[in-house]
Amino acid sequence: MQFSGRRKKLIGNFQNDLYDQCLQFYGQPPLENISLTEFETFAVERLKLLKTVENVGVSCVKNSEQYTKKLDAEISSLNFPHRVELGDQKVQGGISEYEKRRKDHISHFILRLAYCQTEDLRRWFIQQEMDLFRYRFNCLHSKHKTDFLHKNNLKYETVSAEEKKNLKDKLIASSYGLSGTKVEEHDVYKVPFQDALDLVRTRKVYLLAGNAYIPHHEIVTIVLNDFRTRLSKALAMTARSLPAVQSDERLQPLLSHLSHAYVGQDYSIQKNIGKISLEQIDALSGKSFPLCMRHLHKALRENHHLRHGGRMQYGLFLKGIGLTLEQALQFWRSEFVKGKVDADKFDKAYAYSVRHMFGKEGKRTDYTPYSCMKVILSNPPSQGDYHGCPFRHSDPELLKQKLQNYKVSPSGINQILELVKGMHYQLACQKYFELTHNVEDAGFSLNHPNQYFTESQKFLSGGRDIKKEVDMSQRSQENPASVTHPSQANSKQAHEEMGDLDSFFQDE
Amino acid sequence: MPTSDYDPACLPDLLPLYYRRLFPFSQYYRWLSYGGVSKNYFQNREFSFTLKDDIYVRYQSFTTQNELEKEMQKMVPYKVDIGAVYSHRPSQHNAVKSGTFQALEKELVFDIDMTDYDDVRRCCSAADICSKCWTLMIIAIRILDRALREDFGFHHLLWVYSGRRGVHCWVCDDAARKLSVAARSAVAEYLSLVKGGEETLRKVVLSDPIHPFINHSLSVVERYFQQYAIVEQDILCSKESVDKVLALLTTHIKKDLTIYYQDEKNPMKRWDRLCTNKAFHQGRLSSIKKGGQYFDKEIMLQYCYPRLDVNVSKGVNHLLKSPFSVHPKTGRISVPIDLKELNTFDPFEVPTISLICEELERPRADEAEEDDVKDKENEQEAGERRRIRDYKRTSLAKYVKVFDRFLEAMARSWKGEMLKKSGELETSFSVFLTFMSFTYT
Repeated sequence: MQFSGRRKKLIGNFQNDLYDQCLQFYGQPPLENISLTEFETFAVERLKLLKTVENVGVSCVKNSEQYTKKLDAEISSLNFPHRVELGDQKVQGGISEYEKRRKDHISHFILRLAYCQTEDLRRWFIQQEMDLFRYRFNCLHSKHKTDFLHKNNLKYETVSAEEKKNLKDKLIASSYGLSGTKVEEHDVYKVPFQDALDLVRTRKVYLLAGNAYIPHHEIVTIVLNDFRTRLSKALAMTARSLPAVQSDERLQPLLSHLSHAYVGQDYSIQKNIGKISLEQIDALSGKSFPLCMRHLHKALRENHHLRHGGRMQYGLFLKGIGLTLEQALQFWRSEFVKGKVDADKFDKAYAYSVRHMFGKEGKRTDYTPYSCMKVILSNPPSQGDYHGCPFRHSDPELLKQKLQNYKVSPSGINQILELVKGMHYQLACQKYFELTHNVEDAGFSLNHPNQYFTESQKFLSGGRDIKKEVDMSQRSQENPASVTHPSQANSKQAHEEMGDLDSFFQDE
Repeated sequence: MPTSDYDPACLPDLLPLYYRRLFPFSQYYRWLSYGGVSKNYFQNREFSFTLKDDIYVRYQSFTTQNELEKEMQKMVPYKVDIGAVYSHRPSQHNAVKSGTFQALEKELVFDIDMTDYDDVRRCCSAADICSKCWTLMIIAIRILDRALREDFGFHHLLWVYSGRRGVHCWVCDDAARKLSVAARSAVAEYLSLVKGGEETLRKVVLSDPIHPFINHSLSVVERYFQQYAIVEQDILCSKESVDKVLALLTTHIKKDLTIYYQDEKNPMKRWDRLCTNKAFHQGRLSSIKKGGQYFDKEIMLQYCYPRLDVNVSKGVNHLLKSPFSVHPKTGRISVPIDLKELNTFDPFEVPTISLICEELERPRADEAEEDDVKDKENEQEAGERRRIRDYKRTSLAKYVKVFDRFLEAMARSWKGEMLKKSGELETSFSVFLTFMSFTYT
């Protein structure tokens, strides 16, 4: 991408060819000039789309009607290409299909710049892009799928009609959902078995001479593997050439803002600081804490102790709901002293770690409270631990008992256990919210324990007004960040738009 | 048959002789160099030795065949294992920056161990084997060899008798050596049908449709089942073993058979009854829904299908017993198995180290003169030639021949690789020249 005066010659109909398909593999970077405004708008809108992909993937069952509807709506409203042929251009509101595809192309590459730098960012970006790609690929007509594969030189050989005939029975016996007619009518692809490991491992594919014979409807898995590998490599390469891009003062602030925004609300900036008193915590744990924190609080009260994992998870959560450092120290000390730890020892050993959590020790990182993803995926609890996500880490029987103790209805418990079985841990927690607050629909997509707390408090004190207050305080807290940009004439517009960026990331 | 009684206490005396005069070093080196197609392939290979008194040393590596020989003759390992080809010389792994020393390639290997079949064999248990249960190894080799060749497209497989109670398979294709951990475990899982430990009764579950791989495997098992299981293992004779079989069946069938077996004692007839039982239940949807219609096939597979340890196959850095290593407990040499003679392979005929050392000592008059003449040549060459003559005099000869044939087949593919590589070099060089000339016009 060029931002200075040097222009690259467009090679004939290159552009038209580039965007003749709705979906693309992002193999070639865009080669045109683009205004800063477009640069930012495109990036922000794609980020919004990817965040929706993430939320929808967590709160709905993938490929269910709800999932499809929500994602479709978002894709359309953000003007990304979807389900339409370049030919059917009904130019509504001035945005042609061609424009949409160009945006898709450019925005992807911009986000690569923002998300290539750390392992975490890369992983997140690849995951969402893959989910988006899978969704859009599955929406393609069968013919267009084949066109896509051909156009992108995916070396998936199709099997000749004769070979298909010879192998028909074997193919039907190996692949799920394959019938005689399907084999005849649709393509079957021949792929080296190393590229189809998931199918090989479960013996869901026919193997011959080192090749896996993949029916048309299963090709998406293979394509996705390819997509992931390419994107992963590309990101690594991008990271290496990033310093050159970052030296451009116009881009650097936007790129770093983008990559921090992906987490959205991370509860590192505490609102309502000092508004919670220690006496309220017991009551709050039953009313507004998510199950994991309720569990940790109970364990702490009963054992007068928590191990490191539990202290981190619960301690940071408490910080997120507004406890001050002084309150936290008092809270932990009073509890630990009831157990085997005397006040001196607490001050020597444990107080340090509480201060550390608040960024007052060591490298002074102000640690952020753990999101649900982090709690579910990292550091599983072992014997003697109480941290983790109860929906993920507890034995279903024990979970059931616990829920019974907390007076959750039997039908509610069953619903929760079903969700747990399907590995929808956050949905299970959301269901727990709905059952304990006696409400049909939680009204939010759960991805953070502190979010659970905030939503619960909001709900219990009547709702709407508090939300606006929260929004305002957050906006005023985060805007100062944009003032650090160099105020050049041509970036004044950028400066204004930077302020608006935050509003894009408020939860609805 | 002459096995010449082996006594483990003699190992310290026999091993030096074995490594000096019998171990086929030049073929061994030729194998592990893989035609020199990849640089430093042999030099970066890890070996591990188990020495006297169970001292175990890892990260042994050698720069030349000569160095390998000298070291082995010096250290006299009781056991030799082969590991992966690493990014650096294993013997220098401590000098390498942490994190950069990595296992890069290794043959894809399988280990079939007779103890894994203890729940389904009655003749022996633990480390013992006999001619009756040896059939299980034959079945395993046939099934896996076919699958690895026909399904996965591998060509260069070396099957080796472990020396006591099992067999190993070394898949030496270039593609196999480059497989990732995920790919190896996928291959091993594809080949696994018997699943479950102590608490699982029904270890094989089949459902419709039956994958072609399973059908191929079944046809091998069916060839051997009646003779092996019904006759030799006698699984439908004693009450205890009959109960074990019945435990795998549904209640209706179990009931029917229990009654039938009260009168019918002939095991073959008992088995027939079991197989035809499904005809009775064809109409019963409930038993069919759970794939219950394949219970006879499931039983055959549970009793005969190969049981492999996925962990052995999965790891790129996993160390496995080397071919031509000696088994310290039995004294038998781990010899390659000729698949063309598989039906007549007898593990109890495999020579022991005592036997071949004894055979070595038997004087051969006609060779004495040749020795004098050739000794004037290069000492190493002479030593090698002597060694070649030596093993040829022993029962080890025919097994080294199997190894030779295996190497020959691979050598043809190495030649192809070398040609390709030099061709590539030429092509890219000429492209470079063309480019340079273009830029300067």
